Amino acid sequence: MKLTVQDLNSHYGPAHILFDIGFEVGEGEVVALLGRNGAGKSTTFRSIVGLVAQRTGRIMFEGKDVSACPTHEIVREGLGYVPEERRIFTDLTVEENLEVGRQPKRPNAPYWTREKLFTLFPNLGEMKGRPGGRMSGGEQQMLTIARTLMGNPSLVLLDEPSEGLSPKIVEQMVDAILTMKKEGVSIVVSEQNLHFARLISDRAYIIERGRICFGGTMAELDARPDIRDAHLSL
Amino acid sequence: MAFYVVQFLTGLASAASLFLVASGLSIIFGVTRIVNFAHGAFYMIGAYIAFTLTERFSGAFGFWGGVLVAALAVALIGVLVEMVLLRRIYHAPELFQLLGTFGLTLMVEDLVVLIWGPDDLVGRRAPGFKGAVDFFGQNIPSYDLFLIALGPVVLGILWLLFQRTRWGVLVRAATQDRDMVAALGVNQKWLFTSVFAVGVFLAALGGALQIPRDAVHHAMDLRIIVEVFVVVVIGGLGSIIGAFVAAVLVSELNAFGILIFPKISIILVFLVMAVVLIVRPWGLFGKPEAPARKTPGLTVNPWRPLTSNERLAALAALVIAATLPLFAGNYALTVGSEIAIFVIFAVSLHFLMSVGGLASFGHAAYFGLGAYGVAFLAKMAGLPMIVCLLLGPLLGCMGAAVFGFFAVQLSGVYFAMLTLAFAQIVWSIAFQWVSVTGGDNGILSIWPEKWAASPSHFYWLALGVAALVTIALRIAVFSPFGYALRATRDSVLRSEAVGINAKRIQWTAFVIAGTTAGIGGALFAYLKGSVFPDNLGISLSVDALVMVLLGGVETVSGGVIGAIVYKALNIWLVSQTDLSKLVLGGFIVLIVVVFPKGIVGMLELLAQRRRKSSPPGSSLLAKPIESTE
Repeated sequence: MKLTVQDLNSHYGPAHILFDIGFEVGEGEVVALLGRNGAGKSTTFRSIVGLVAQRTGRIMFEGKDVSACPTHEIVREGLGYVPEERRIFTDLTVEENLEVGRQPKRPNAPYWTREKLFTLFPNLGEMKGRPGGRMSGGEQQMLTIARTLMGNPSLVLLDEPSEGLSPKIVEQMVDAILTMKKEGVSIVVSEQNLHFARLISDRAYIIERGRICFGGTMAELDARPDIRDAHLSL
Repeated sequence: MAFYVVQFLTGLASAASLFLVASGLSIIFGVTRIVNFAHGAFYMIGAYIAFTLTERFSGAFGFWGGVLVAALAVALIGVLVEMVLLRRIYHAPELFQLLGTFGLTLMVEDLVVLIWGPDDLVGRRAPGFKGAVDFFGQNIPSYDLFLIALGPVVLGILWLLFQRTRWGVLVRAATQDRDMVAALGVNQKWLFTSVFAVGVFLAALGGALQIPRDAVHHAMDLRIIVEVFVVVVIGGLGSIIGAFVAAVLVSELNAFGILIFPKISIILVFLVMAVVLIVRPWGLFGKPEAPARKTPGLTVNPWRPLTSNERLAALAALVIAATLPLFAGNYALTVGSEIAIFVIFAVSLHFLMSVGGLASFGHAAYFGLGAYGVAFLAKMAGLPMIVCLLLGPLLGCMGAAVFGFFAVQLSGVYFAMLTLAFAQIVWSIAFQWVSVTGGDNGILSIWPEKWAASPSHFYWLALGVAALVTIALRIAVFSPFGYALRATRDSVLRSEAVGINAKRIQWTAFVIAGTTAGIGGALFAYLKGSVFPDNLGISLSVDALVMVLLGGVETVSGGVIGAIVYKALNIWLVSQTDLSKLVLGGFIVLIVVVFPKGIVGMLELLAQRRRKSSPPGSSLLAKPIESTE
């Protein structure tokens, strides 16, 4: 297994947010983490990379227990994280944003150069010197993904990549994610949009009120409209 | 004409040092969000070490090498401080780092006297720049010309460092979003340490380069730190170009202020700073800060009114305090009165800081205005003591109403700096308007009337007023006004969205806090029998801050405990040892490291642990922390 999460519990102050979250991601797999707003998707990701201080449980990445490691060490192991709110550095140019994400080449992961990323996201190549603050939402979203790929991760946590994007950009996003998969990057993608998830994922987990309440292939999920309706539709 | 040009060049030369120190402070604040009070101390150590080295090693190499080695050595000390002290408190409540670095400053002030002695040290001139250049009959020291050239050179080097290196890119990224930088695999710890080292290096270099111009002495830290704060705020926190422009501006204001407006020369820079902050709150070259993203779960422990048992305990403590005159001597009673007065002062600032989230750096202004109010009424109008006590604090109230109106337009560090500027303005008026305030000589012989004259009576008066004030402010905290104020503290935007007039609520809180401080000041005037400009001074404002932070900002009663502990310790230490600053500073640093939530915060934490451990296995949601048995 690429990534195994077991008994993950997280708190914000006195509030218990995640309850015994557990899931697995195989080598080269794209796994969707589905759930409504506030179900705990982003907290799950933030907990995995160590950005939530109060958390317990085991996080095995490539056979190593990383649950006690600080954020930057987890990321340096090759576990990339693309946050939900984009969080690009608005004062920095596109190239400088990419520079912040740059990490050395890793033997078991695809190697991304600026040029390669500019082929994956042609828009970015046309605005290398533009400050992040003067980019559209879709361009910013591409930049966050490209920035994380500069760290040559073998697995990426993608938090709601389609949120707030126009259909045309969403299409580009699907292509980009499929290219990443083809290169050999394992991906966990959190989504509210089942349609988007279906286009890219091999398997899916559903999270509701901080608990995993379904896990299976996309076909298995389609076979259970009751679950889909109970936990996903608006 | 030539004279003015020379004056201008002298200003530029002073700007160089100021720029070095200010840019260091700005860089450190940008990334670590720490307002490094110890920055002046590093500047001072830089000067002292450079003095020793340049005396020991002769020649040009000895001088310039000494200056450089001194700055490097101090940077190394900075690294040590960052790793041992600051790393532990990055996640402590805002401004707690200020307390820690303030403790360091106190320690350094005593240490340099221990090592280098109390006398001014005059360093040697810079080899190669000993003479002066003749300019239409006016002399310009050639070392000044060197400094004038140095400023832009350092600016250029810093610009290259931040724009053209990976380190610079990482630092700029971390300035904006630290967590995200960590989430991209960058080790923040070393980034912070290196930033701190660079900042301290610049401060120490600034100090070391001053030795051919100025004597080295043990008070140069405080003198520079205030000026540096002003520069950084005018220029815009985090902006290096801003620091450069503002350093030139401030130095020129100092150079020409004396010639053009001799009467208000001291406050000129503060006036300019106040105007800049009101017109452009984020400074000339700064950027408006986005509303801070609050980390959820910071206030783990919601406030509640005291339970009846706790009320009884508080009452018992008050009764015990009231029995002091039965067994204590006059000296102890005077100390007791002073502590009670400082409880009033600290409680008022604590109200503003913890309930309103507004950290004033110039709270002593209103304390001192209350004292001056009493002095004017008693000495000039000859009113009876009761009337003076009731009306005197109104001067504090009026000051707070005027300054508070402008101050609450800002928030965070900028709020703090504007309040500091206002306090400096008030201080300068008291200092310079000799015909009314007596200037440095103050106003003397304001003694209490017979009914309050004996130490025990005055002690009871001070204690009673302190108790009343504390109760009144506690009631305010749990009143609808208090809830509204806390809402504006937690989120101005959200509170306005539910119909709270945030600015007006904050302004009201500011006036309440200022008036309360004025009450303390009024009593203080009678306790000391005199009023001096120091009663409005920066060090008194800092004392109040320390008391609040020591007690714990995130608590309701931190001000009371903090004032008692700090003041008692302070008075006791001064009577016991010549190194009171060293001990007190060490104590503060220790508190900061061991109890980062303040004394009361720590006690609450202990109480919580005990409560939590009694029902084993219960989940947090099932049993909220604030529940009482």
